[in-house]
Amino acid sequence: MRYSGLKVITEGVFGNTGWRPAWRDPAPKPEYDTIIIGGGGHGLATAYYLAKNHGLTNIAVLEKGWIGSGNIGRNTTIVRANYFLPGNSEFYSHSLKLWEGMEAELNYNVMHSQRGLINLFHSDGQRDAFVRRGNAMINQGDDAILLDREGVREHLPYLDFEQTRFPIYGGLLHPRGGSARHDAVAWGYARGADRRGVDLIQNCEVTGIEIEGGRVTGVQTTRGAIRARKVGIIVAGRSGQVAAMAGMRLPIESHILQAFVTEGLKPVINHVVSFGMGHFYISQSDKGGLVFGGDLDFYASYASRGNLPMVEHVMEAGMTLMPMIGRAKVLRSWGGIMDMTPDGSPIIDRTHIDGLFIDCGWNYGGFKAVPASGWCMAHLMATGQPHEVARRFRLDRFATGHLLDEEGTGSQHNLH
Amino acid sequence: MRIPCPLCGPRDRREFYYYGAEDYLNRPAPDAPPEAWDNYLHLRDNPAGITRDLWYHETGCASWLLITRNTVTHEIRDVVLVADRTVPKPAPRQRAAT
Repeated sequence: MRYSGLKVITEGVFGNTGWRPAWRDPAPKPEYDTIIIGGGGHGLATAYYLAKNHGLTNIAVLEKGWIGSGNIGRNTTIVRANYFLPGNSEFYSHSLKLWEGMEAELNYNVMHSQRGLINLFHSDGQRDAFVRRGNAMINQGDDAILLDREGVREHLPYLDFEQTRFPIYGGLLHPRGGSARHDAVAWGYARGADRRGVDLIQNCEVTGIEIEGGRVTGVQTTRGAIRARKVGIIVAGRSGQVAAMAGMRLPIESHILQAFVTEGLKPVINHVVSFGMGHFYISQSDKGGLVFGGDLDFYASYASRGNLPMVEHVMEAGMTLMPMIGRAKVLRSWGGIMDMTPDGSPIIDRTHIDGLFIDCGWNYGGFKAVPASGWCMAHLMATGQPHEVARRFRLDRFATGHLLDEEGTGSQHNLH
Repeated sequence: MRIPCPLCGPRDRREFYYYGAEDYLNRPAPDAPPEAWDNYLHLRDNPAGITRDLWYHETGCASWLLITRNTVTHEIRDVVLVADRTVPKPAPRQRAAT
């Protein structure tokens, strides 16, 4: 079924009786060519591009919960391409281009809104660093505009320009940055993959990975054994447990990252605003809620909920930057499980086991990467070669020293 | 989350700095192969459940602590001073010849 404005009107006239489920609910077959473990954004995008770009359709996506039940359904939905390092820059640039074509490509409204992202700076040194970053973005072919204090005031008149702790010197505006509807991204890729013949198998938890003679031969699941010649592990915060099924230890520690949403308000924040010095960022959803967050709680955790000190810290940072939000009531907060690598950059690579691939380590920035991660992981699994824009996301880069430390804080587990 | 420090008693989480998994105590010998160093610095079991990790009581007694806790529930099972830990310490490092 193709979605269109005409279809919405017709269904409205005839009582909305013609809508059908957006994807099938197939039982697992005993064998597939390719299995994707994990039905989140990255796994679904991988399955979609395996089918679309490489013509492979005998694929199963195995999801232990339901489609969109993990981090893809609970994040702060920021889409941007403002990276600096070669290796990251071209990857996120590619991703943003895929975002810009996603709705037409998937025939699905993901509510992608390029409302502009502003990173604030608060000192001369930070301004210099942002000028350099902006130039790197422009060299990559993306957009960046340096705003002085008055330029920021024009866009964000509601900030507290009088505060003395972190005086606002200016900001780096990334006009093509913005946000999107997170669930819709999962649903759009799920529907797209299903329409191309991919089996999306929900409530199917992988409990073991079968390896014979150094080669993957299939997986054990709560719905029986399934054979496959190629298996991709794309499970974000759970990467450690699934990799352990193949006897691997990963350069990953899973941490908790909290986020918050307020009651719905009239439009008040038009951009995505980040306040790095206070560890705070915010945008307003199309439903009206202010969606904001801060930094990690900074201890390994799978609890899906954080502790109060970070809640307090985020609220303080928000009030420092924009006191006008003080009366908004926080509706809820939640904690996502982040697969943190020592250098803060991701991994898309093969493993030492033939036919077993891994896509993980998205830290706290996986949402914007969904399309390019799927694109590059599909390329790797189909051709056996890393995609050009993801060639530095190697699993062995920590052992070899080819780090991608975007923050420049060092390659150590508790630093990112 | 409150952490029962063996010296100071139960204290607010904000007094403590998290360093990482217990692996950081198992420093390889200086002449160990690169794989051993990769294992020590980067690779982690990353368990969902019981883990042992290093914390520093930064604004308290400044002790290094080895905490056994549950990463799924945030329950703290056991806290000991690193100085008192019962597992064998790695062999003392040999100074490289100059």
